[in-house]
Amino acid sequence: MINLTIIDRDGSRQDLEIPEGINLSLMEVLKASEYDILATCGGMGICATCHVEVLEAPETLPPVNDTELDMLDTLPEAGPNSRLSCQLRVNETLEGAIFKIMGESN
Amino acid sequence: MITTDICIIGAGPVGLFAVFEAGLLKMRCHLIDALPQVGGQLSEIYPQKPIYDIPGFPAINAQDLVNNLLDQINPFHPTFTLGERVEKLERQEDGSYLVTSNENTEIHCQVVVIAAGLGSFEPRKPAVERLEDFEGKGVAYMVKNPELFRDKRIVLAGGGDSALDWTLFLSEIAKEVTLIHRGETFRGAPDSAEKVFAKAEQGQINLILNANVSALNGNGHLKEIAVVQKDKSVTNLDVDYFIPLFGLTPKLGPIADWNLAIDKSAIEVNTKDFMTNVERIYAIGDINTYPGKLKLILCGFHEAALMAQSAFKYVFPEQKLSFKYTTVNGIHAL
Repeated sequence: MINLTIIDRDGSRQDLEIPEGINLSLMEVLKASEYDILATCGGMGICATCHVEVLEAPETLPPVNDTELDMLDTLPEAGPNSRLSCQLRVNETLEGAIFKIMGESN
Repeated sequence: MITTDICIIGAGPVGLFAVFEAGLLKMRCHLIDALPQVGGQLSEIYPQKPIYDIPGFPAINAQDLVNNLLDQINPFHPTFTLGERVEKLERQEDGSYLVTSNENTEIHCQVVVIAAGLGSFEPRKPAVERLEDFEGKGVAYMVKNPELFRDKRIVLAGGGDSALDWTLFLSEIAKEVTLIHRGETFRGAPDSAEKVFAKAEQGQINLILNANVSALNGNGHLKEIAVVQKDKSVTNLDVDYFIPLFGLTPKLGPIADWNLAIDKSAIEVNTKDFMTNVERIYAIGDINTYPGKLKLILCGFHEAALMAQSAFKYVFPEQKLSFKYTTVNGIHAL
């Protein structure tokens, strides 16, 4: 199991246990967990509506790539710990991470 | 006024293929799209990316698919209004519709098909106090007519290519140009970033890094903006125009006000013919939702075919529709 903590826009906090090997993005996991994530582009990294802030990250968290940075740079409210949840694969590299949902709601 | 059988809102792949399916049934189509070219997301966002799930094409570049669709619908002579956004949809007494764009183009049609994909792309707005109060009164999200800014005091915000390019351009004609960016490096083209830094050093522009605009003030027109620095200190600047440039984000736009049933930014349809809750208005492709919906181009193509079969009864109420394969009848131009 991969353990993540999600903090919603209203501050509510939930621990998620995700089975290993599911090959989903964090955005897909959040949607499946019934969080209100717009994710308009369906995971292509072109709408930035699945924006999350990383509050705590393991050292293994994959770095931001150029394309993701380009998109994050268009977000007025993005900060140094911002990520697009559609660009993060849920696997052992995220173990223990704490994410805060930032993107637009439906 | 443009008169047609079907007005298709959105000229992406699904909207284009709807022309083909309508054309087989001798229905004429007019397409309208907010983007200046056809192809929707495919042409605008990922024209060179291969798509692998179009039947018959193991792989096809997005723009090639758009070009092929244009070839495929060419015999049916569709007409286009591009670069305009649909603003109004008015039902006429006889059940037909009058569609009006933001440029006042009017399209009279028997059936409306919304194939708007992600919706229309609108400027992303920063969280700035009183921003919307000054829209059109000092706040602009794009530079349509640079002459408006001649000899004025301009503040731009953003760190991408648009912010850099317009800073450089406006610095040549404005009285004073300030660029505010929340970071200290730019993601835009390195050459543009270098020019901005050089102009800042020469005193030709004011460059404020690690800062954000937090509030706007004025009386009828923008007069002053508040800039908050990383250390939380606030500085006020006298300005005539504020131009936040943070890219575009897809929104439903005016579609949200047409009394259509909407669930999570998508239009609810039935799966019999993909009509919305309003008669003669259909929604196909990524813009719609129903149980089991998959946002795939090929699903949109299927939806277009069923929509056309259903729309026929409104366009030709006196005729009986009999289904025919193209392999039997071929393609007969309108």
